[in-house]
Parts: sequence; C-alpha cells; structure tokens
Amino acid sequence: MKKDNNQLIMTLLKGRTFIVLILLIIFFSFASSSFLSVNTLTMVAKHVALYGILALGMTFVIITGGIDLSVGSVVGLVGMLAGGLIQEGLTIGGKTIYFTVPAIIVLMLCMGCLIGLVNGLIITKLNVAAFITTLGTMYICRGLANLRSAGATFSNIGGYEGLGNVGLKSLGANWFGIPAGVYVFAILSIMAALLLNRTPTGWHFLAVGGNEKSAKLSGIKADRVKIMAYIISGFCAAWIGLINTAQLSAAHPASGDGWEMNAIAATVLGGTSMSGGSGTIIGTIVGAFVIGVINDGMTMCGVSEFWQKIIRGAVIILAVVIDQTQRNLQAKMALQARNESK
Amino acid sequence: MFDDPNVVLHCEKIDKIYPGTKALDQVSFDLLKGKVNVLIGENGAGKSTLMKMIAGIEQPSAGKMYMDGEEVYFKDTNAARAKGIGIIHQELSLFPNLSVYQNIYMCHEKTKGGFLDDAKHIEGAKKILQRLEHEIPPETLVGDLRVGQQQMVEIARNLVDDDLRVLIMDEPTSSLSAAEVKVLFKIMRELLEQGISIVYISHRLEEIMEIGDHVTILRDGKYVADADIKDITLEWIVENMVGKNTQYHRFTRSIDLNKAEKILEVKNLYLPKTGGGWLLDDVSMYLKKGEVLGVYGLLGAGRSELFECLMGMHPEHSGEVIYQGKPMKVGTIADQLNAGFAIVPEDRQRQGLVQSLDICKNASLASLEEFTKFALMDYTAEGAAVDEEIKELHIKVADKHLPILSLSGGNQQKVVIAKGLMTKPVVLLMDEPSRGIDIGAKTEVFEIIHEFSERGLSIIVISSELKEIMAIADRIYVLSNGKCTAELTGAEITEDNLVRASYAGLGTGKSAAA
Repeated sequence: MKKDNNQLIMTLLKGRTFIVLILLIIFFSFASSSFLSVNTLTMVAKHVALYGILALGMTFVIITGGIDLSVGSVVGLVGMLAGGLIQEGLTIGGKTIYFTVPAIIVLMLCMGCLIGLVNGLIITKLNVAAFITTLGTMYICRGLANLRSAGATFSNIGGYEGLGNVGLKSLGANWFGIPAGVYVFAILSIMAALLLNRTPTGWHFLAVGGNEKSAKLSGIKADRVKIMAYIISGFCAAWIGLINTAQLSAAHPASGDGWEMNAIAATVLGGTSMSGGSGTIIGTIVGAFVIGVINDGMTMCGVSEFWQKIIRGAVIILAVVIDQTQRNLQAKMALQARNESK
Repeated sequence: MFDDPNVVLHCEKIDKIYPGTKALDQVSFDLLKGKVNVLIGENGAGKSTLMKMIAGIEQPSAGKMYMDGEEVYFKDTNAARAKGIGIIHQELSLFPNLSVYQNIYMCHEKTKGGFLDDAKHIEGAKKILQRLEHEIPPETLVGDLRVGQQQMVEIARNLVDDDLRVLIMDEPTSSLSAAEVKVLFKIMRELLEQGISIVYISHRLEEIMEIGDHVTILRDGKYVADADIKDITLEWIVENMVGKNTQYHRFTRSIDLNKAEKILEVKNLYLPKTGGGWLLDDVSMYLKKGEVLGVYGLLGAGRSELFECLMGMHPEHSGEVIYQGKPMKVGTIADQLNAGFAIVPEDRQRQGLVQSLDICKNASLASLEEFTKFALMDYTAEGAAVDEEIKELHIKVADKHLPILSLSGGNQQKVVIAKGLMTKPVVLLMDEPSRGIDIGAKTEVFEIIHEFSERGLSIIVISSELKEIMAIADRIYVLSNGKCTAELTGAEITEDNLVRASYAGLGTGKSAAA
C-alpha cells in the first residue's frame, strides 16, 4: 500500500513542472479576465521565447556540470554590436562598410560562439571555476556593450533602404500572427533535442556531467565537450541579442541585464540537475513557460515588481527542494525494493 | 628490439614517478599471449599503476613498451584501445545517470545517417548481456543496478568491438557473488579461446590458483618474482608478497591484560553498503583497558568503516555497543568525542588537519571548549596545553604558531595524535597512523602508542602493514570483506595467519548482495 503511494508521488513529482504550468494558467485565467486572450498569449509566447532560447543553451552547460552567467551580458553586447553595424556601419581606414542583415546575423552568431569559446577555454584549459569565469565575462561583455556607444542607445535599427541593410526588425515582428522569436525557439528546440538525444555528442554531454573521470577513461575528450556546451550557450544568447533588439526596435546597452537568472531558473525548473549529468530539452521548454507565465501573469494581476522578485525566488528554491525530495524518495524506493527481494 | 611470438606486449624497465614517491621502479613485464597473466602484490605495490601504463591512462616516466616487435607509446586510452587493449577498472567507471545500453556503447556509438541508432544499441547490448548470462533490460538506469550487475556492464563495455587483443581486469571480482564469479571465469576462458590475452589482478588467492596461468609478483613498486601457476603454491606467493626485510622491535607489556576489564564491546555490528551487500557484516569484538588492539585487513575490508561507526558517522549501522560496562547509543561525532572516543583519521591531509590553521590551532581544535573563559578563548591556557602535548609527544616545533605544513609528515601526524589526546580520550582510534611517514617517525609513533597504553589508554590501531601491526598490537582482529575472520593473540600472530584470514571472507560462496 505504502509502495503504491510512493509510486503515485513519484509520478506526480516527475510531471511536477507541467502540472504547475497548468495550475498557473488556470489560476491566472481566473485572476485576470484578459489572461486567456490572443493578445496576452502572444505576449507571453514572445517572452517565453526569450527565456527559453537562453535556457536551451544553459541546459547544455548545466548538464556538463557548469554554469554560464555571461548570457545576459552577451544579449546586451550582441544587440549593441548589431545596432551599431546597422546605424553606423563599420569604419575601417576611413571607409565605412554597411553589411546586409543576413551577414549581420551570421556575424553576431559567430560573436556569441566566440564568447562561448573563450568561456570554455578559460574554464577547461586554465582550470578556472565556471562560476568565476562567466562572472568575469559577464562584467566584461556588459562593459563592452556600454563602451560601444558610450552608454547611449542605437535607436535606428530599421536600416536604410539605400544601403541595403533593412530587415532586422522583422525578427521582432509577428509572422502569421506568431512572434518571429517563437519560430526561432521552436527550431532551436528541435535542434537541441536532436543533438542531446540522437547524436553521440549528446551522450557525451551527459557522460561528462555524470562522471567526468569515467568519461575521460572511456576516451571522451571532456574538455572539448565542455567547450562545446559554452559555445552553444553563447550561440543561443546571440540569437536573443538579435531578437530582443528587433523587438525593442532599438539597441540598448543594459538589455538582457539579469536574464541569465531567468535562464538558469527555467533550466532548473525543467528538472536539469545543477550537479550535472541529467536534464531534458522538453523539461527546459516547460520550465521557460512556467517562468514566462509567472512573470507576465503577476504583472497582469497588478502584483508589484518587488513582490514579483520575492515570489520568483521562492519558486526557484521550491523547485530545487522538490527535486531533492524526488531524489531522496527514489533512493528510498530502491533500498525498499532491495530489502524486499532479499 | 623485442620480438617473441608468445608475448603480446612487453614492458621494458618501466619507471613511474609521482611527486614524492616512486610507484614503479624498473619493472619489466611480459604479457603472455592467450594466457591469464596474474599480477599480485600488497596494496600500493604498483599493480594498478603498471596496468594504467599499458591501458594508456597514464604514461611511464621512463622505460619502453613493445607490441608485435615495435615500440608503442599510448598517449591516451584511445591509443591503447586502437591496439586492442581494453581495461576493466578497479573502481567502477560507469555513468549512473545513463542507461545500460548507453554505458555499453559510450564512445563506441553506432549511428545511422549521423543520428544514434538506438535500436542497434539495444539489440547489441542484449546480445552481449546474454553472452554474460546477465539479461539486464538495456534501458535500465545503471545507478539502479546492484554492484555485481554494474560490474557485468563494465565487462560488457569491453566486448562491444571484435578487435580486442588484451583485456586488463583490475580486481573484477571484488564485488561479485560466487555465482557471478563462475560466469566471469567461463567468459574469461571463452576469451582465451578466441586468442585474447588477459591480465588479472586479484586479492583472492584461491581464485588465482584456479584461473591463472602465470603469476608476476610486485612489491613496493619493484618486480619480485614470476612463475607458472602450476609450479607454485600459495605459501610461495605469500612469502614473495610480504618479503622478509624490515623488522620492528616488539614492545613488552607491563600490564596484565588478562586481568584488565573490558572497556568497549561491540556485538553484531552491521553496516549496509549502497548498491547492495554489507560494509560490515556481523562484526563482534572487544577492547580491554590499556590494550593495544590491532585491526588488520585489505583495502575495502571494512576497517575504516568500523571506526566511522564508533565515531557516529554512520547512523545507519545496527548492532550493540557496550562502553564502560553500559550499553551505549552512538550519537553524533561531538557526542562520541564527549563520551571519550577520539580518532586519528586515515587521511592526514584531508581528514586530520586544517591546512590554513597553525600548529597550535590544529592541535587544540577538538578541545577548544576546554580553554574558554566567559565564552571567550583563553589563549594562555590553550597555549600551555598545546605546549605540554608538544613536549610529551616530542614534536619538533620551532614555534607553535607556524603553519602546519611547515612540519615534516611525521610531526604533522604527531600533531593529529596530539589533537586526539587533548580531548582526554578513554578510547583512541588510530587509522593507519604510520602511513606516509618515514621509518624514524614510525618508530616514534609506535613508542607513543606503547607509552600511552601503558598508562591505561585503550587503543585500536588499523594497519595494512603486517610487520607494523605485529610489532605493536597485543591482540589482532582480521577483517575480510566486512566479516571478522580471525582473532589472534600471542604466538598465533604470524604473517601467514594474518594473510590467510584477510582473504578468508572473500568468495566463499555467500552472495555479496543476496
């Protein structure tokens, strides 16, 4: 009887984030009459895509046992660099070059990968803790973002017809009624899920996070795997830098401030273990929805910004507490099964 | 050049130097083709180190290796694997967070169009496990398996590819039940028939006599002897393993221990092991006042766990503890210290000392409450007490406020002992008190043990060094695989008895995780 109870609790615990998401949606649709409208849901989806894409990259980093605090600043830096390239172009030796929007997107994604590569190299080759390394690059990127314009905003990111660099704004627009960011989120999610579940590299992420020594003994290049995780994270952050700038129609150096925390929260809520070795893309997606629904729902219900912070903090701690409870219960059930078979 | 058709791999004068120690010293080794090559030696003899060189996990500091008449150099495990060398590690090197088939195919993934072919993985895993007579569902998480099953998965990993030429097995049976060992031996014979050569490291001497073809003995990182199994006896192995050099002076006791009271008695102590089996399996023993009690056993026999139970570090243990004539409920570490227990832990650097504190603080750390006045530290009293210990234990210290790491290993160890003694213990537990210190300091530590026992302190000493434990202990319990396999006093304390008892608990047919 007690065992059945445990089994039931386990099932509930495993699906907890999804259950919480449903409950939240039900709650907010009663609390605010306009919550279940097309406009609101489009807005929520837009925000979820922002946290979600960052969280996809964060998932790989956390699965390998690391953390990436720099993503929020990368969002700001990439936005400023992209905005600058459109509004002012690139001046080399007195000549100013204007890039087309696709070229800018490719350049910015490379920029994100480069920052990830630097993070990864410092962490693996110089043996600096991931927390410290990415805390450092977080400040550096934020500083660079401000330096680019001496703290000012690039407000003309629409481009100039004559220069052929129009089009970035469409990344912030709706395509067939759905925000462009949601499409990017969907495509990146599918790619991430394929990478994690369907390729040898995906196994290697889980192996390095689960038992790095064993992974090395199995012939896995653990350093390379970790570096790749940070590159993916930088790549995702660069996407958000572009999408966010397009949505705001302006590049502001303070953009993305603190977003790494939303990404980490979404990842952890999605069941990825902070100690590495386990996590799923679908979990992270659900986690991003929970964060998005809580944030927007609370705003719509008129909860003050101060209380929102307190509630968000409590939700994150609660998620980890439940995660720990699940682990303990799992261990207890395994022990029980052993005693019974004895 | 080295070319011998009967030798699949030849090691020539391999050296391996770690900071401070020489783990291998000019060791030459022939890995015979199609045979079970057995490596034997005490803990720290260099068996596993030698195998790490062959499997490419570590690289020799000097010396060469030859295969097929050519010199080879393995810069990593992949390089060794490319030459057909696989290894089953002493410590399980699996991924508990992944499934059985993922573990088996890790780094040997089969893909179809760039994506993993899980159908093939699952089918392949099933086949290999069938061959090993362990039909574990391939989707099971490895973390949920019993240790014996995990060991089988570890073996299965090496059978994925057909190009295996050498399989190194570092204590593969340490966590297997008798039935599982039988299956393993069957598989080993199959592998031999397929022309695969095996290196087999084990502490279970009976097993070696059964499965082995050729034995090589190492001692203190040096080659000692090698012979065909059919030409030798168990006695020959033990004799060569232990050696006949260093002898310690044996102390004479002035206390008549026959008349002394029992200060501590442990009855039916059990400690469960995560993943199945027992770390301590029905251990009962007693300690008399003023006695030096030895606990001998191999690595993993449950020696340290016994101390940890007594110090309150394993609340999950069961059994009865009678202390000073009264039943005792083992509490927290602080409770046990207050009750009169003190421990000198096995790992001096990690468990014994706080490196960032000075000598004086390290010594007084466990008894700081003794030196307070109105809740504030009384540094005069503390300093005086530490000075007294320094004098009594002959710790060579210029200034007690110097960093602890400025002392030699032997003097650091004495500071750890001082820390234990400053809590004014009734029972002192010493786990490998002579590990990693020079011979002079060892003798001094033994003198300290003797002197304090003469004064009435009851001491339990764990040691894996035969000669040492024979010199200092009045009575010795031998632990083997969590079981107490012998109690030896007086003339019964011989090397032969100790070694035999230390293997007695292994592979005697009782399933490790029934």
